[in-house]
Amino acid sequence: MATMIHPIPSGTRDVLPDETREVRAITDALRRVFESARFGEVYTPALEYESVLARADMAEAAPAYRVFDEAGATLVLRSDMTVPIARVVATRYPTAEPPLRFCYLAHCYRGVPPQRAQPRELLQAGVELVGAPAPGGTAEVLAVLCAALDAVGLAAYRIGLGDASLYPSLMRGLGVPREARSSLLVALARRDFVGLGEQLAALELSPESRALLLEVPQRRGAPDVLEASAPVVADAAANMRAVYELLPAEVAARVIFDLGLVRSIGYYTGAVFEVYDPALGSPIGGGGRYDDLLGRYGRDLPAVGFALGVERLHVALFGEERGTGASLP
Amino acid sequence: MTPLDGLTIAVPRGALFDPTVRLLADLGLDTSELRANDRKLLFEEIGVITMRPSDVPTYVQSGAADIGITGKDVLLEQASGRPGERGGGVYELLDLDYGACTMVLASKRGPDPAREALRRLGVMRVATKYPRIAATHFEQTGRQAEIVEVKGSVELAPLTGMVEAIVDLTATGTTLREHDLVVREEIVRCTARLIANPVAHKLRAGAIDGLLERLRAV
Repeated sequence: MATMIHPIPSGTRDVLPDETREVRAITDALRRVFESARFGEVYTPALEYESVLARADMAEAAPAYRVFDEAGATLVLRSDMTVPIARVVATRYPTAEPPLRFCYLAHCYRGVPPQRAQPRELLQAGVELVGAPAPGGTAEVLAVLCAALDAVGLAAYRIGLGDASLYPSLMRGLGVPREARSSLLVALARRDFVGLGEQLAALELSPESRALLLEVPQRRGAPDVLEASAPVVADAAANMRAVYELLPAEVAARVIFDLGLVRSIGYYTGAVFEVYDPALGSPIGGGGRYDDLLGRYGRDLPAVGFALGVERLHVALFGEERGTGASLP
Repeated sequence: MTPLDGLTIAVPRGALFDPTVRLLADLGLDTSELRANDRKLLFEEIGVITMRPSDVPTYVQSGAADIGITGKDVLLEQASGRPGERGGGVYELLDLDYGACTMVLASKRGPDPAREALRRLGVMRVATKYPRIAATHFEQTGRQAEIVEVKGSVELAPLTGMVEAIVDLTATGTTLREHDLVVREEIVRCTARLIANPVAHKLRAGAIDGLLERLRAV
């Protein structure tokens, strides 16, 4: 009898026992670290009301899949867990004394460009720390992040640390006209430094300002990049240094400062970070501070969190094991 | 220290190949085998891999190459400039200023058949190898166009009456002239660009910044 092949949507996968065992080892290790750091695990529905999730500014990561329920309401498949947890905090913990700590292992759904082998459904593991302001809350979450990556056995990873307020305040400080700012930010978020340079060349700015606006977001590396940039990005540099100083030595040793770090999700307000490993060509995960998001759901608390892509983490572990990928200098 | 400092670079075959090899030679890379052997793809000892230009972003995005050189047309086609759309997952670091050509809208000489179709039929048919760039251009200029994707010589499409216009890349305009086509609009000027993998950009920051500095100096 001929085999019947029944397709599944591109960007989705069946996970069979061999892979499931390996993924389970990763998620078990992550869960142990999260729980021992007192982050309580939550489940929320994969389907939410579109109008509820739309209170958050998700920018490019906004939910992409919509369905209608029997009453005609528009439901979406969640695209991350941060926004649902913000909803949970406001709705279910309206008076609880902060800080609140939550963790999750859950599937999220993203719209993807066709034929790029990107997943529509991704398993995310992460934590949210609500009611703990910068820099202490940020440092706590970064320490949990590194403990989690250590527990799964990832060896060569580094954490890129930046600040979402850096470039906007640099533009303000150097007198970039208000109407030009958002398009400069788009070029930066696309990491199109050539386009950024072209746009800056068309603006009436001093050559020094123009050079700074192009060059500062390309600065990254050891703490000395912070010192060198402190005069022009004083607030962001001070924020980053304050976090850095609270980190345990083994976490601090993983940090790369990145003055141009921009995440594609719109709700970040302060520190942002990403996880890199030489065995994988794209970030394994990331996160940051979202101090305005909870307020949109009615409980105005500062918050910070991260999400790791479990499949990407698995691929990176596999790559490290095989010794592929670029070696660290 | 080796010229590329241990970085792997994706080099485009085709029109951009010769100027790219000259650039690499200027940086001090031993390019003799690269010039001599046009069948070989992988030159591990000098950190070079060669491929068609449209594959360069793919290899760089995946991390198989740390950096690469390709045309802006390729980058635009893989991540068109629509607002809200993600970039191609690579960093665009430097305009290398060679391989200059222009993406144009062209149609047959004489009264513009594309304009006529748009006026009378409300839509024009446009053949191209760059469907995303073309679609974005018509969207941004508020015109309806039916995009017909072709893989081979685009000039054939308007001559046979299949379409009223083409969107294509031209350097000198010779091919267009030979087929009795004239440029109606210039869409975007494209040159060679240096791109980088986002993770390599962080983890190999010193090597990449060093290379950028030397590229700006040559």
